[in-house]
Amino acid sequence: MRISVYIPLAVAAVLAVVGPALARRLHPRTATWALTGAALVAAGGWIGALALLASTLFGQIPQVAFLGAWSIRVLRAEDPVARAVGAACAAALLCATATLGTACWRHGRVLMAAFKECRRMPGSDELAVIDAARVEAFALPGAPGSPGRVVVSTGMLQVLDSSEREALLAHERAHLRGHHHFLLLALRLAAAACPLLYPLAREGAFCVERWADEDAATAVGDRAVIGRAVAVAALAAAGNQHRAGMLAATGGPVPRRVRALFAPPPPPRRMPLVVITALVALCCVSLVDATQDATTLFGGAHHAFSMAHARFHARHDLPHHTAAGLVRTDRA
Amino acid sequence: MDEERRQGSAAGGRRAPGELESSVKSVLWAATGALTAAQVTERLPGSLAYTTVLTILSRLYDKGQLTRERAGRGYAYAPVRDEAEDTAVRMVSLLERGTDRQAVLARFVSELSTEDDSLIQALLRGKNRS
Repeated sequence: MRISVYIPLAVAAVLAVVGPALARRLHPRTATWALTGAALVAAGGWIGALALLASTLFGQIPQVAFLGAWSIRVLRAEDPVARAVGAACAAALLCATATLGTACWRHGRVLMAAFKECRRMPGSDELAVIDAARVEAFALPGAPGSPGRVVVSTGMLQVLDSSEREALLAHERAHLRGHHHFLLLALRLAAAACPLLYPLAREGAFCVERWADEDAATAVGDRAVIGRAVAVAALAAAGNQHRAGMLAATGGPVPRRVRALFAPPPPPRRMPLVVITALVALCCVSLVDATQDATTLFGGAHHAFSMAHARFHARHDLPHHTAAGLVRTDRA
Repeated sequence: MDEERRQGSAAGGRRAPGELESSVKSVLWAATGALTAAQVTERLPGSLAYTTVLTILSRLYDKGQLTRERAGRGYAYAPVRDEAEDTAVRMVSLLERGTDRQAVLARFVSELSTEDDSLIQALLRGKNRS
């Protein structure tokens, strides 16, 4: 527990630095799955490690120790975590749960609103056109079991030529078929639980777009036409809309997509995936190891408590029962 | 599913009826006036049969999504624009939920910075030359 409990935290930090770079070397589909998986495991590892680090301090609260029937003295003596570290981890854990809860609530509400909009649309048509000059297109996910819709504005349809329109439809269709909204949601929630993972979530969201681009290229049979559609749509949208400062500041996803589509298809690579898998495995193994250590620590404290109780009762010749009524002692 | 997608290639192979309807609808909504079946066929990429387009047009008309008027020996079709206003308002409000909707709605293109703008134009020019 002295070292292993910190490894999941380190893995999250390492992933934040190398994850996006590794994902860039993978096919977008593989990259999306790798990033989402890694982000979920790293977020779980983050929460788990913080909980373990905070647990020994939490266990020293007299009421908690009383209920859990373990010896505070032994716990304090054996505790490998400095009090300040434990307290900081407890605070971080509280923050993580609070932001995760808020993110679940906010994103969940938007998802529900999307499902509702999808249901409200008449018929079962795939394409819903909104009669607006604004240049806009997105995949509107349907509730599980019902198909989603491709929503496109007339403004968008008018700036694209016929093959570019097919490219757009194929792109949005790929989002719906791949249930990409669930992956995006998972990435967002992981980043909410552990802010270090934000670069992973951002790269993951980009990979989802690239994945849909590649799927559309396969469906349409032409990479360049997808690239052109993305470029033309983005330029037209930029001309029509007020520029949202927040996204513009992060910069560059659209040119990267266009460049990738004008280039040959990405070659299959293994190495980055191996590295990500190794980091994820390291996170899992060390968390399990730290949990075992913590269990042993609390087990020892519990044993000491039981022994002390048994001795106390034997000395005073009292009937054997414990304060919490939870501990069984031997009549030794 | 992948198989189906591969079949729906630009070669104009078999595609799901829903996908063809989407293509036809997108052509009609992009146009300024009503279009005949021949005009729609012309504006669709690939080589879809005229009769296929005609079938799709009459199916969409039956669903109440299109209006039609006599044009020569056939009909010219245009999309029904009822209620679209209301939907548009709701969609825009859905989109404007800031960062929350980014996790749910996959938008075709994100906003551009000024550098992106010139970068994309350069990319397009480069592609057109080659």
